[in-house]
Amino acid sequence: MKNPNKQIFLLAHILALLLMGHTAFSATLKVCKTCTYTSVKQAVQKAKPGDTVLIDGGTYQESGIEINKPLRLIGQNNPVIDSNYKGQIITITVDDVTVDGLTLKNIATSYIRDDAAIRVFRASNVHILNNTILNTYYGIYLQNSEKITIKDNVVKGENTGKTESALGNAIHLYYTDEVEISGNNVQGHRDGIYLEVVKNSKVHRNSSLNNQRYGLHFMFSNGNTYTNNIFRHNGAGVAVMYTDDVLMEHNTFEDNWGAAAYGLLLKDIRDSVIRNNIFKRNTTAIYMESSSRLDIKNNDFERNGWAIKLMTTCVDDTFRLNNFTGNSFDVSTNGTSQLNHFENNYWEKYTGYDLDKNGVGDVPYRPVSLYAMLVERVPPSVMLMRSFMVDLLDNMEKVLPSIIPENLVDEKPLMKRIKHDNDKELAQVLRQTTSAAGRER
Amino acid sequence: MNKIIKYVLLDIVKSRIIIAYTVFLLLLSIGLFNLGGSPDKGILSLLNLVLLTVPLISIVFATTHFYNSYEFIELLVAQPINRTKIFMSEYLGVAFSLSAAFIVGVGIPVIIFSPGLTGLYLVLTGVFITFIFVAMAFLASVITRDKAKGIGIALLLWFYFALIYDGIVLFILYAFGDYPLEYATLAMTALNPIDLGRIIVLLNLDVSALMGYTGALYKSIFGSVWGIATAFGLLMLWALIPVLSSRRIFSKRDL
Repeated sequence: MKNPNKQIFLLAHILALLLMGHTAFSATLKVCKTCTYTSVKQAVQKAKPGDTVLIDGGTYQESGIEINKPLRLIGQNNPVIDSNYKGQIITITVDDVTVDGLTLKNIATSYIRDDAAIRVFRASNVHILNNTILNTYYGIYLQNSEKITIKDNVVKGENTGKTESALGNAIHLYYTDEVEISGNNVQGHRDGIYLEVVKNSKVHRNSSLNNQRYGLHFMFSNGNTYTNNIFRHNGAGVAVMYTDDVLMEHNTFEDNWGAAAYGLLLKDIRDSVIRNNIFKRNTTAIYMESSSRLDIKNNDFERNGWAIKLMTTCVDDTFRLNNFTGNSFDVSTNGTSQLNHFENNYWEKYTGYDLDKNGVGDVPYRPVSLYAMLVERVPPSVMLMRSFMVDLLDNMEKVLPSIIPENLVDEKPLMKRIKHDNDKELAQVLRQTTSAAGRER
Repeated sequence: MNKIIKYVLLDIVKSRIIIAYTVFLLLLSIGLFNLGGSPDKGILSLLNLVLLTVPLISIVFATTHFYNSYEFIELLVAQPINRTKIFMSEYLGVAFSLSAAFIVGVGIPVIIFSPGLTGLYLVLTGVFITFIFVAMAFLASVITRDKAKGIGIALLLWFYFALIYDGIVLFILYAFGDYPLEYATLAMTALNPIDLGRIIVLLNLDVSALMGYTGALYKSIFGSVWGIATAFGLLMLWALIPVLSSRRIFSKRDL
């Protein structure tokens, strides 16, 4: 160790050896019409672990490509693999695989096998990137796997004239942990993104549109994060069920319209956070059932039929600093007992005053109207919406509440719409007022 | 008949009430459109106005007009003119002038601020409601010779259709909430022209809230061309029945 030159020389030598070794051990197998390999399957069979299979542009009529050794499957110049409705295209059963830049298409509905364009089975460290998947039953199907990345894929199905049971999900995860699903565009399937028993995963920057059932659907999937996604025009919006510890932030729920459509359907969700989301033009923005300890904060509810349908089975949910504008009904519920907290929201329909000019209304606001309760109990009474008689009854009930739940009340409604971008100032004011109130006591 | 209508119209214009009504509607509509922010909101506020004030003014104005021109009617009856002709001229004269006031007062602002199908439905509904409530006013007027009683009946009719009826419907819905009431509600709506008009306009506006199961059902009924045509047909019926029955009473009655 006395001669530093020698040390450096040795290091360089080792490095060079390593690099050479890499090139020597991992070959690139090219697939094209005029290459040694003319089919993907052939190349995959011949490849050694760690090799790269480079697929050049063109259409390949193939199905049943099984990847059972670590490989990189990379498409160049938009290669298309068409299964011709003959079954699954790529099945991955081993760790360390990358599938990048392919177009996979045409898989028929198969009720028994659940055929998918890409299936990952008991594998980890798999990357599925930049693929386009068209007209398939299931798009990407992961089961019993972990550490998977699904990024920037487009999964498009045909759901016109098909029933729900004849459709598969675009991205389907089952018993899979630590998945990152980002930047994907999923359309025209049954569920856009379906997660069942998936843990510690991130779903962000995806757009899920025009799916027959749910844009996003997860069950028994604790500890996941959903941010910056867009869910639009889905048959029944987004459904989340039987899950703890979920973080939903900066998502947009739009135009989920229909007889049974929700922006967000929450059923048996606990200890979760729903923040900074936008709910626009949904039949019901949030429907909540048996959900407890949720923190619903800084959301915008704009022009929905019902902004929140809060069933009496919900306990200890907090609604703070949300904007409610242009909704036909702000909150509706099915009973009188209420164990949830509303505070510092902005309600467009609020008519109170603010004498001390601190931005907080002096009169409490009851977001549930008598008519909303009536519609909940007797749906046909929507026919009387905006009738003069209904307005009269609502106003009478507001003065002397007898039927609407007395505890469902925002004691400190805000006078002005909250701008969520720069609400720091407001937060400060609120902190001051609450501390002042504390001192008074 | 045209000549009588002309005289009736001249008489109405001379009284200046109709001009005041036009200006009132015009100011109110322009004000509501400027206040509401979005045109949708303007239409919504206008809808409340159309469904509350238009029937009231139509029915009160028509009743007082009928009693005030009693002498003129008596004079005409003495001439060799068919009674039904006299009656129809009176009716059409009043209805035309009031709907003209409505079209100018509400129609023009709607065209300026929020042109479209919903606006068209709103104006059409208003015109139909004017015709219907003028017809009801005439019915009230031919029933009794006493002016105070006639106006009383007219006001009661307005009160019933604008307020009480919805209360009754609410009560029925509440009481029979356990039964499937979708079609019953539909039938009940058809029995009140004000409700009918409201729903025609609402189904084009507040769609999202009405989109629940029942909403979807109603949308499928009222949203189609046939549904809208049926609804307006029903409104037409609502104008025709009181007109024809009061005409019958008028032509047989001892004046």
